[in-house]
Parts: sequence; structure tokens; C-alpha cells
Amino acid sequence: MPRADTEQREPPAGSAVGALRSLGLGPRLLTSPAALTAFGSDALTAFHQRPEAVVLAETEQEVIDTVRLCHREGIPFVARGSGTSLSGGSVPVAGGIVIALNRLDRVLALDPDARTAVLQPGIINLDVSRAAAPHGLAYAPDPSSQSVCSLGGNVAFNSGGAHCLKHGMTSNHVLGVKAVLPDGEVVHLGSDSVEPIGPDWMGLFCGSEGLFGIALQITVRLIGVAESTRTALAVYETLESAGEAVARIVGAGMLPVAMEIMDALAIEAAEASVKPGYPKGAALLIVELEGEREEVGADAARLDELLRASGATQITSTEDPDERALIWQGRKSAFSAVGWLAPDYIVQDGVVPRTRLSEALARIGRMSAEAGIRVANVFHAGDGNLHPLILFDGSEDGAVVRAEELAADILRLCVELGGSITGEHGVAVEKRAFLSLMFSDDDLALMRRLRHAVDPAALANPGKMLEPAPAPA
Amino acid sequence: MTLLLDSIEAVAEAVREGPRVLPVGAGTKPALSSPPAGDVVALDVSGLRGIVEYDPAELTFTALAGTPVAEIEGALAQHGQHLPFDPPLRAAGATLGGVVASGTSGPGAFRHGGVRDFVIGVRFVEGTGRLVTGGGKVVKNAAGFDLPKLMVGSMGRLGVLVQLSFKVFPRPRATTTLAFELGSLEAALETVARLGHGPLELDALDLEPPGRVVVRLGGDPGALGARAERLAGLVGAAGPERLDGDRDAATWQAATELAWVPDGCRVVRAGLTPRSVPALDAALRAAGARTRYSLGANAAWIAWPDDPPLARLDAALAGLGLAGMVLTGPPDRQLLGAPRGGAFAARIRGALDPDARFPEA
Repeated sequence: MPRADTEQREPPAGSAVGALRSLGLGPRLLTSPAALTAFGSDALTAFHQRPEAVVLAETEQEVIDTVRLCHREGIPFVARGSGTSLSGGSVPVAGGIVIALNRLDRVLALDPDARTAVLQPGIINLDVSRAAAPHGLAYAPDPSSQSVCSLGGNVAFNSGGAHCLKHGMTSNHVLGVKAVLPDGEVVHLGSDSVEPIGPDWMGLFCGSEGLFGIALQITVRLIGVAESTRTALAVYETLESAGEAVARIVGAGMLPVAMEIMDALAIEAAEASVKPGYPKGAALLIVELEGEREEVGADAARLDELLRASGATQITSTEDPDERALIWQGRKSAFSAVGWLAPDYIVQDGVVPRTRLSEALARIGRMSAEAGIRVANVFHAGDGNLHPLILFDGSEDGAVVRAEELAADILRLCVELGGSITGEHGVAVEKRAFLSLMFSDDDLALMRRLRHAVDPAALANPGKMLEPAPAPA
Repeated sequence: MTLLLDSIEAVAEAVREGPRVLPVGAGTKPALSSPPAGDVVALDVSGLRGIVEYDPAELTFTALAGTPVAEIEGALAQHGQHLPFDPPLRAAGATLGGVVASGTSGPGAFRHGGVRDFVIGVRFVEGTGRLVTGGGKVVKNAAGFDLPKLMVGSMGRLGVLVQLSFKVFPRPRATTTLAFELGSLEAALETVARLGHGPLELDALDLEPPGRVVVRLGGDPGALGARAERLAGLVGAAGPERLDGDRDAATWQAATELAWVPDGCRVVRAGLTPRSVPALDAALRAAGARTRYSLGANAAWIAWPDDPPLARLDAALAGLGLAGMVLTGPPDRQLLGAPRGGAFAARIRGALDPDARFPEA
């Protein structure tokens, strides 16, 4: 059910396409309606806006030149990597263009001794770890879309992933960024060192959803690949008891690298698609330990005890890399797999304090039953990051609106419990109306001031995160 | 002049109505917190003190910015938890707000990250006197601009911190320390690089030049002995000194409190890459400075003597493309070398403090 972004803009005076021809990009300037339609949406397909043109940049200089031209001509732009945003982060704006960065996908430098790499923004997340693997190193943040999503988008949205629990988010692994600001000025933020000095400008840039410009080079830190990894699966009779087990593991002072929960519906979807062979049950808890073999061995014994004491009806575990890969493939494909269960779905990304996980799950279950809408739950339990998948059939009258109402109620619940409207997908278009649940007018006014200071003409990814300023009374 | 402030409202009013202002907590880093010019008034926020919220099962806490870190560490320790980045100068009285504003992390940041990786929420008074909030109280949160990170290293010059939320980690159930004498800086750096690769997960990896490498292991008490033996085997140097119990604690306490800094020296914290260490170390030795490298040679604590002038360190850092922050001594300089940020920094600063209420670094 595509619809236009709510922040309507008049197309700028003069033709954006005409101005862009001066860049001499030849066939890498896309202007045909058929080619442009493919760039109208990202992974949040509810929003669609065909751009005026798409620049397929191949060099940093082309990105800089394009941004400078947009600044001169007043053309809004959005940078796009693989277009996997689940919050509408790379949906174009009416009258604007897309700067596609997929071709800027090189590893510019990799220093195994310093354990850092300098990368272009279009590189695929998993390719960073592939490049580091010969040195026994890896790039830690692992969004479910890691085999297709690009690093530039990860930086713009401070992406997370299943293994954030121990390793942290994208922002915890990015050391420096070379970026072009919305007026074409090039700046260096952060450094090549793990130790930042002075205000953390890079930390502010990371997760700014494209509102402060485009990253041209990204310096990340790499971590050593753990010598031992053990993945346990535990089955529970209720979703709430799985949630309680998570609180118990956290409370016992353990630090697993990942703790994930899937409910019966999500398990069913995974089995229908990638067939990971999960044990059957109302709820499945995946707990992964990694580290030195002595530490993992000691923790594994404690973990098994905790799982048994928490009422798990079945516990299995594996250190086999192929079995682990299948477990994670099932988990990471869960979003797309629910396509087997319903024609349409909304993914939510709320966070609750992890001590209130069981309560949140019970209330979401009741809300789902009351609304008569099926909700599949698959989430990063260890850090309280819920991903309810709200299933519906968009061809049914009013189904979209009802699903959106339930999604909104779930976000309100997360804030009420002391959490957040987004853990890792970002605000972008989808959740910008909800930002005021978490932040006061003064907070939002400051965020708008920061944006305005960096991009007074509001050309860089306009309409994302911050709603248009309220009209003066 | 110093204004003693004991409420958030008073802070907001002082920023709104007073002359130019600079917040100060315990004053353990006077180069950052002493007013640099006659028209700047110190806002003493050490009265804004106390833990607002701490749920051990949640592994997060919220505290007023003037709360001494030692008080927080005491509360965390009762539940087997801690801030794993060893906030520096805590025994000297450092406050939570001062640790964030200086962006200083101790040796424990090697394993799980520093202050920027643990701060999850912030309330501060910006330059127009408004109280604003960024981040939140949950461990994972991508809503809005990441203001908590921006305030790390802000030196009291982007706003007055009044409240902070952190995530915490379980404290390792046992720790031990091994010190290796490698004989030369080159050999020590080689060992640091090798150990950084794994497979051992080290809590801290410091280098005392020229050739002493000090390593801390933490974790399950039953596994610690075998891990220490593996570590010794990996380094290969004969007879490492093993420091257990009180000696382990004292070793890192001395590092965290900068107990080795000679009287009369100014403390400078610099961000490095391991590759830049040989050239930097030569310049530091030539000036008679004492240095301790931390975080696997990614940071240096530099004790700079009275003479030669600090300008020489500034030039040495700039020449290597590095940046440093002056922590002690008079407030004549805060940043040295080649700090980053450029036009982005200038614009963000202008938005946070449009009337230049805070002094510039």
C-alpha cells in the first residue's frame, strides 16, 4: 500500500535532472521512470516516492560533487546503500534525488596489528568480516540483513544485531568517519585510534539517519574471532517463562554474546523457509557463549544449570560451526520468513527494560488477542529489544490501519515501561511521530537546532527522524 | 568566582542569567574545570549528588552528575557489578559528570570499551539555559541524535551535565595480573599487537616504557590459573611477575589514580595508534616526560614536565596527526595536537551554545 511521504515539497525550480547532467556521469545518471521506481522504497515498502534521478556514484569525488550541486541548486538528496532500512530511512523525498553508494564498496586499508580497517560506505557488512577473516579478525555488529546491508547505512542508523549484547552497536565499533556535509564541505570526525579525544563529534554523526551528510570513509575497529563458541537452545512452555530465564541469566552475572527468543509463530515461519530444525515449543531461547575455551567451558556449566532451573522443557547445545550457522540462519531469516504466514507484516523495534520483558510479552499477547491480529515475536531478549511482527492482509478493508494501530500501541507500551521506540532500526519516516513520546519539546527543539546548524536548507535526507517544526502559534 | 549550585533549576538559571560559566565537580582535572579567563564563573555542581535509580537486575543506573564515582562503584560492588572501564581518579574524588566531560577511561576499557560505550542517557543544560535529555535508560536505544556520546569529552564546554545514565557489567569473579619485561619498546609493542589478536580476552593491556607489558585477566576463578599459564606461554618471555589479590588490585589502582605521575608534571591524555608509538615515545623521552601506554597502545597518559613548554608536546602530537587533552595544571590549553571535527564541530557548538556562554577549548 504505497503512499507518499507526509512532508510534501514542491519540486525545486529548474530541473534537477538538467543540473545533474553537468556532472558528466553518462549512463550512471538514471532518469527513466522504470529505473527510478526501483529506488522509490527501501525494506519498509509501505512508503514509496519515486526520485527525480539516481546518481550511481563510483568515487568519493562524485559523491562530493553531487552534494555540492544539490546544495547549489537546492535539490534534496538521500544516500542509499542496499536499501534495507526497516524504518524508511532511504525513502526519497518528492523532487529529490538518490545518491547510490553501492559501487563505493572497497576496503581501503586493513591494519591487522592495530585491528582497524578503513572502508568505503557501500561495502556489505559481511564483506568487512570476510576481509578481516584471514587475520583471525571480524567486524562485530551483525544486523540480520548483514549479507546484504551496507556499512554506510549501518553508520547512519547505528545498526545493531544479535551479538550487540556483548559487543555493542555500530557506534561502539566505528572510530572515525570522513564525511561530506550537506553543503559539500568535507570533514574528518573521530580518528584511527580507539581512544577519542575531545567532544565525540563522530558519536553524534553515527546514528544521525543521514541528516548530517554522507560518510565517505569509515574507520572501524575489528575484534579477534573467539576461539570457542557454544550455542544453546532451550524450549519453554510460555513466552513469559523464556523471558524470565533471560532475566535470571543476566541477574546471575553472566555475559552471553547473544540471547534471542522466538515464539511458536516465528519458529513455524523459520521452519517453513530455511528449516533450521528447531525443537518444537511455545518459545525458544537461543543463548550463545563465546570466548576463551576455559571461560566458555566454565560458563556453559553455569548456563545449563540456570536453564534447567528456569523451567526449560528441553535443552540442547552445539559447538559445531555448521549447526550454529543453521540456527542463526533460521533466526536471521525470521522477518522475511513470516511472509510464509501472511501477505503483509509490520516489524516493530521497541525496547523495554529487560527486567520487564515478561510483562511486556504478556501485554503484547493480550493486545494481539484483543485486536484479533496475529503477532509473531522474535527478538534480542538479552537487551530487551523486541521485534513484534504484526501480520495482516493488506487487501482486507482497514487491515493496514488496524495493524498500524496495534504497532503504535506496542510502542506506547515500550515507552510506558521505561524503554524506547527503537533499539536499532531508527526513527526515520516510520516512527518520527512517536519521538515525542520520549522527548520533550525542548529536547526536540535542540535536535532541530543541531540539524539546522549543519543543514540549514534541509537537503540531506529531509523528512526523516524529525517532523517538520510546528508552525509558530 | 564560584557559584555553589544544588539544584538543576539553579544550574539552568545560572547559565541563563549569569556571566560566562564553566562547570566544576571535584576539580580533579583542573586544566578543564578552572575558569580560563576573568569573566568566566565556575559553577560548582558537586552538590548535585546522589544515585537516582539503580536496579541491579537491570544492570543500569542513573545518577546526578556531581556524584563521586567512588560512591557509585561502592553501590555497584554490593551487587557484584562495576563500570568496567576503570574511571580514572575515582579515589581522588572524580565525579561521574567529570569522567564523562573529560572522556577519560582507565585500563579496563581495553576489553569492553570506554566511557562512551557505557553512557546511555544524559540530561544537561545547554547554552540557552534549557534542560534537555538525550538517550534513555535502556541498554539499547536508537531514538534521536546520540547526545550522550556527544557530551563525552565535551569538557564542560557544550553544556552543564546534571544527570547521567549508564549500563554496567558484572564484575569478574576473579582477577590476576601478569607483568612481562620485554627489554625494549619494540619488543613490547610486538607483544601488545600479538596479544591484541586473541585468543585470550584480556581485561587490560598496558605498556610501561620501555619494555614492561602489564596484562590483567578476569573471569571465572576456576579457569584463571590455566589462562594465566596460556598467557605466559603466548608471550614467551621468561618468568613473568604474577600479581594476585591485593597486589593485582594495587597495580591497577595506581594506574587508575595516576600515582606514578611525578609532582609538578602536567597530565595529558592522548589518543594513539600503536604504529605512532615509537615516534611519539622518542619525542616524549627527549623532553623528559614520563608515559604510560594503555588500551593496547591506543592511549597514552603523559606526565609532561615543567620545562620544555607544552607547545613542544602540541607540535609533536600535531606532527603525528594525534590529539591530546590536558587534564592538570592551569587552564591555558585543553586540546593539543590535531583534534578533529572541523566545520561540523563549529556548527554543532554554535547550535548548543549560540551566545557563547561557555568558554571555548
